[in-house]
Amino acid sequence: MKPVLLWSDALLFLLMAGVLVLVWSMRHEDWLRDPWRHVMRSRIGAGSALLLVVFLAVGLLDSLHYRERLPREAGPPGATAQHSGEVLSALDWLLTDLRTRTEKTYSAPLATHLYVKESMKGPDGREVRDYPPLQYPRGHLLGTDKVGQDVLYLSLKSIRTGLLIGSLTTLVMLPFAITLGMAAGYFGGRVDDLIQYVYTTINSIPGVLLIAAAVLVVQAQIEAHPELFDTAAARADVRLLALCAILGITGWTGLARLLRGEVLKLREMEFVQAARAFGVGRLAILSRHLLPNVMHLVLITVVIDFSGLVLAEAVLSYVGVGVDPAMNSFGNMINGARLELAREPVVWWQLAAAFVFMFVLVLAANLFADQVRDALDPRMERKS
Amino acid sequence: MLDYLVRRLLYALPILLGVNLLTFALFFMVNTPDDMARIHLGVKRVTPQAIEAWKAEHGYDRPLFINTQATGVDQVTDTLFVDKSLGLFAFDFGMADDGRDIAREIKTRMWPSLAIALPTFLVGLLCYVSFALLLTFFRGSALDRGGVILCVALMSISGLFYVIGGQYLMGKLWHWFPISGWQPGLDAWKFLVMPVVVGLVAGIGDSTRFYRALFLEEMGKDYVRTARAKGLSDLRVLFRHVLGNAMIPILTGVVVVIPRLFLGSLIIESFFGIPGLGSYTIDAIQAQDFAIVRSMVFLGSVLYIVGLVLTDISYTLVDPRVRLE
Repeated sequence: MKPVLLWSDALLFLLMAGVLVLVWSMRHEDWLRDPWRHVMRSRIGAGSALLLVVFLAVGLLDSLHYRERLPREAGPPGATAQHSGEVLSALDWLLTDLRTRTEKTYSAPLATHLYVKESMKGPDGREVRDYPPLQYPRGHLLGTDKVGQDVLYLSLKSIRTGLLIGSLTTLVMLPFAITLGMAAGYFGGRVDDLIQYVYTTINSIPGVLLIAAAVLVVQAQIEAHPELFDTAAARADVRLLALCAILGITGWTGLARLLRGEVLKLREMEFVQAARAFGVGRLAILSRHLLPNVMHLVLITVVIDFSGLVLAEAVLSYVGVGVDPAMNSFGNMINGARLELAREPVVWWQLAAAFVFMFVLVLAANLFADQVRDALDPRMERKS
Repeated sequence: MLDYLVRRLLYALPILLGVNLLTFALFFMVNTPDDMARIHLGVKRVTPQAIEAWKAEHGYDRPLFINTQATGVDQVTDTLFVDKSLGLFAFDFGMADDGRDIAREIKTRMWPSLAIALPTFLVGLLCYVSFALLLTFFRGSALDRGGVILCVALMSISGLFYVIGGQYLMGKLWHWFPISGWQPGLDAWKFLVMPVVVGLVAGIGDSTRFYRALFLEEMGKDYVRTARAKGLSDLRVLFRHVLGNAMIPILTGVVVVIPRLFLGSLIIESFFGIPGLGSYTIDAIQAQDFAIVRSMVFLGSVLYIVGLVLTDISYTLVDPRVRLE
C-alpha cells in the first residue's frame, strides 16, 4: 500500500486545519462565539449542521487516498514493488463490499433479478429468456447502474466532489474579493476606478460562457501534456482544481462589490478616523480595524455560495465543462442517467439517488446558511 | 441625458476591449492557433504543413500582438488581436469553423431563443412578485412560514431535476407536449409551453424569497408606519407604498438581464432541442469552435452594458428624484 496525496486532498486538509485553528483561537472570545452558539441552539441550525458534518466526514474519508500494492508475481526479490494504477480511498476500503459487488447491468433497488432478460438454460435444458438472478440478490439498496455498479456507492463517492467544489472555490475567491473589494472601498480614486473596471469587465461576460471557455482551454492543456499525470485520478484531480480556480476567479465580483460598499461606509466612522489620527498605517487599519468589521459579510457569503456551487457543478458537468467525465460526481451521475427515463420500464433509481443526495446536501447547506445569516447579520434583530 | 448616454458608450469601449483581451488571452495565448489546428485535424500524424494550411485557411497565420515583419503602424495593426477584435467591434463575427456565417446564424437563431426566454421572464416576474407580495401580506403567519420553507426546499433542488422531471411528466407520462424539438411558425407553441413552464418552476424558490426579503425590508421603514398611522389599509400600503419604493432594487436586478434574453438559456434550449442561441453556444463549446464562443462572449458583454444603461434609464422612470447627469 502506498499513500497518495492528491492536490485537492492536501488543500482540503489544509482548509480543515485552518478552520480548526480559527475555531480554537476564538474559543475564549465571547462576542465571536455567541452567534455560533445561537446557530447551534436552534433546532434547524443544529440539525443542518449535523447533516453537513456527516457529509463532511464522508468527504474526508474519501480524501485519504492510497494505491494498492499489486501481488508480486515474477521478478527478483527486492525489486521495487508494483502499485496498482487505481487510486482508492479510505472510503473505498470501508465500502469494499459495495464497490466490488457488481452486477452485469441495471437492477432495481433491492431486486433479486436483473433488469433485462437474458437467454438461459432452463431446468429442463431448453433455452429460455428470463430475468437472470442477481449475483447479490437484495444486496443493492439503491440498485445498480448501467455497468452494474452499486448506486449507493456512486452517490457516496460523489459527495467529495460536491464538497470540494463548494469549499475550494471559496478558498480561491476570498483573497481576490477581500483584498480588491476592501482596497477599492478604502483607497477610492484611481484604485477604485481600476478595480471597478476589472469587475465590470468580468461581470459583463456571461458566466457560463467564461467558465466554459476557461475549462475548454484547461482541458486542451491537460490533454496536450499527458506525461505530467501518473494516474487517471491525478488528471481528474487537476481538472477539478482548475474548475475550482476558474469558478473562484469569475465568482469574486459579488462579494468584492459588497465589501467595497461596506468599507466605503466604515471608512468615515469614528473608530477609523481615530486610528488614522493616531498614525496607524493603512494596512493596519485595513487588517485590524476594517477586516473584523466586514468578516460577517464574508462568512455569510461563503455559506450561501456553497450550495450554489454544489448545484452549479451538476449543470456544468452536464454541459460538458464540469469535472472529469471519469470522476464520481452528481453531475456525471445525472448526465449518465438522463436517457434512462426513456426506457421501458423506467430506470429511475440512479437519477433519484443523485437528486436526493444532492437535495439533502444543498438543503442542509441552505438551512445552515439561513441560520448563520440570521445570527451574524447585525441588521437582523435577534430574539434572545 | 444625451451627454450621459455618450459617456456611457465611451465607457463601454474599454470594457469591451478588456473582454476581448481576456478571451483573446484564453483562446490564443494559452491555446495557441497551433493547438487549435491540432484539435481540429486530430492529434496524431499532423504534419507542420497541414497545421500551417489550416491556420492560413482560418486566418490564424499572423503574430498575436506585434508583427515584427511589418513596418510602421502595421507592426501593431497587422496582428491577430487587432484583426479578430476589430471585426467583433463592427459586429462582423466572421465564419465558424464549419464555414458558416456566424452573424447569419445569430440572426436566425435569436428568435426561438427569444420566444422562450421572453415569456419565461415576463410571466416569471409577475408570478414571483405576486407570490412574494402574498407572503409579505401574511407575514408571520403559518402561510408565510410554510411558503418560506417551500421556497428553500424548491431552491435546493437541482435545475436539472425540473427539466428531467418536467419532460418525464408532461412529455412521456401525460403526453401533453412533445418531449423536445422545434417547428417554425405558429405551431411552435407546442414546443414552447414545456420549456417555459420548467423555467418558471425552476426559478420560483430563489426569486420569491429574494423579493419577499426586499418587501420585508421596506416594511420596516418609517414611511410604512406613517402610512399605517394615517389609517391606510394594509393592502393599500403594500401595493401603493411598499411596491413602489421597492421598485428601484427590483429594477436593479431585472432590467440588466432583459437584453440578454436574446442569448437564450443554455440548459433549457439544449435539453428541449430548441435551435436557439443557447444551444448554438453549447454545441460550439462541445465542438470547441472558438470563433463562435468568442462571438457569443462579445455579444453577451455588449448586451450586458446595454442592460446597465437601460437600468439607469429605468430608475428615472420610477423615481423622479433620479436624474441622469
